[in-house]
Amino acid sequence: MSQFLWYALIGAVLLCIGLAGLVIHRHLLRRILALNVMSTGVFLVFVALAKRAGEVPDPVPLAMVLTGLVVSVSATALALVLIVRIQHLHGSAELPGDDA
Amino acid sequence: MIKTDPLRFIAILLALLTIVAFGHMLAWSLWTLPPEAAGLSLIVNEKMPESGVDAQVTAILLNFRSYDTLLELVVLLVALLGAWYLGKLHLPPQDSKPGLVLEGLVRFLVPVMILVTGYILWLGSHAAGGAFQAGALLAGAGVLMLVVIAEKVAVRDGVRLRALLVAGPGVFALVAGGLMLSGKLMLQYPQQHAGSLILLIEAASTLTIGITLTLLFAGGRPHRGKTD
Repeated sequence: MSQFLWYALIGAVLLCIGLAGLVIHRHLLRRILALNVMSTGVFLVFVALAKRAGEVPDPVPLAMVLTGLVVSVSATALALVLIVRIQHLHGSAELPGDDA
Repeated sequence: MIKTDPLRFIAILLALLTIVAFGHMLAWSLWTLPPEAAGLSLIVNEKMPESGVDAQVTAILLNFRSYDTLLELVVLLVALLGAWYLGKLHLPPQDSKPGLVLEGLVRFLVPVMILVTGYILWLGSHAAGGAFQAGALLAGAGVLMLVVIAEKVAVRDGVRLRALLVAGPGVFALVAGGLMLSGKLMLQYPQQHAGSLILLIEAASTLTIGITLTLLFAGGRPHRGKTD
């Protein structure tokens, strides 16, 4: 099994773990964490696939991951501020269940 | 937290089964990819002499895909505006004063980090480095100051702060507009000035990224300053 495939598969596993966390947890903070695990998985897949170009990896996916990292950090920060606001307004940072 | 509601249990089980199936499809599609693919690296290599820098990633971010990067800086600004709109800056009061060693270390580290920020920014022209890495490091210095010696840095909203916050996208947009006025396409740098234009944009962006990320960490709009 080639090296890129190993890392890409780990990225796919991370993506699925994050997706599962997103579904299972109701607490918004945990959902944000799950989203971040997902995006880490996507970045890992990208970087791994870039390695297929040979000794010097394809720089385009690397640049896109760099862009994605900054966007993901700022989106996470905004989401955290939103959670604080929701907690302030409703007294809880947990989504109401379907039965509520 | 998983509640013992049977309906929810079944729903989650179904969702997890779907995710497992999705994961297998994803793994299969990765597995069947050709093990060698040049991607866009050949085109990038071919166009590198026109880019004005020697580092491929910098050339892509600031030249070949510069529109993308311009909008990314706008995303940063919009995220900060959202955070500012939602609340005021409220740093939690510190339980105890930072110890002599911690405060001394921060006072020593922050100038060093700023120095390294400049170095990494410069490094972006020919190796791994550039505005985003440098900006992240600058933000690290900012966060360190906010966490340890917050009462001594006193972040104040005002013209100066706002000028720094729009410096990156502002300079970028000015360069883009200027090039359009001079009859070129948007962000189509003239080849002999490409390197210096990229460095100018990157320097402004580093400041903006560093300060924006620090303020996003702080989480709200700072109080207005008296002088500004």
